[in-house]
Amino acid sequence: MDTRSAAEATTTMDRTKIERTSDQELVVTRNIDGPRDVVFEAWTDAELFRQWWVPKSYGLKLLSCEIDARVGGGYRLTFDTGAAEPMAFFGRYLEVTPPTRLVWTNEEGEEGTVVTTVTFDDHGAGTRLVIHDRYPSKEALDAAIASGATSWNPETFDQLDELLATLGERG
Amino acid sequence: MVQYPDGRLDASFAALSDATRRGVMVRLGRSDASITDLAEAFHMTLTGMRKHVGVLEQAELVTTEKVGRVRTCRLGPRRLEDETAWIEQQRRLWDARFDALEQVVAERRRKERNDGHPKRS
Repeated sequence: MDTRSAAEATTTMDRTKIERTSDQELVVTRNIDGPRDVVFEAWTDAELFRQWWVPKSYGLKLLSCEIDARVGGGYRLTFDTGAAEPMAFFGRYLEVTPPTRLVWTNEEGEEGTVVTTVTFDDHGAGTRLVIHDRYPSKEALDAAIASGATSWNPETFDQLDELLATLGERG
Repeated sequence: MVQYPDGRLDASFAALSDATRRGVMVRLGRSDASITDLAEAFHMTLTGMRKHVGVLEQAELVTTEKVGRVRTCRLGPRRLEDETAWIEQQRRLWDARFDALEQVVAERRRKERNDGHPKRS
């Protein structure tokens, strides 16, 4: 099928759920088509990881991606944002249990360390992914939301672009 | 979808139509910075950066405060509104990511089938 109806588009969007489950926690869930050993590999192999972590539509350029998915090992991602200095995201792995569980720290933030836990569960022939972010405090998550630490990404601008197009049609 | 009053949207959109100013917003999302920091980061003259920051300030996307000789810039009151909007953005990011992840996984499985055996390092 070449064109997706609005209903189908909505269904696709609803596949990913996100919820602030507490003052300090954010949980994202999604069923992925594919067995969990392969899905797990796509999270821990740098060559695979860099193919999907930054959606193409975002226009952000991933400059480098280093992943050492072992307990105590680290990761480091750098992005080109147009500034001279690339933006870096980094941390270390606290738990690596193939193919069921990954835990790592996010240490780039100024509000303290965020701990991310990803669980991979069998779901029919596919995989159910749950990504759990735990912020160091309510204040830290509030600050992330308020400062738009991650909201001023190209997606933000896509939304503005979309909205402008809508307004243009209406006017 | 977040609703923006039209006038504010126009100002925001005009301010954000420039790649450098978008970059400045991303940069200030990480931490506050002086005009000098921003000028250096974007390889620009102080005057050039002041103009960009001025446009963002006009649109209330950025506020500045002068302490001594240093003018510090931070994200302004015109943020992408509330928690709901932020969470929806995160959801869209993850949704796009997961779509790409599924493609990578499918490609990987095709390759394994073609190789005739699962390859694990």
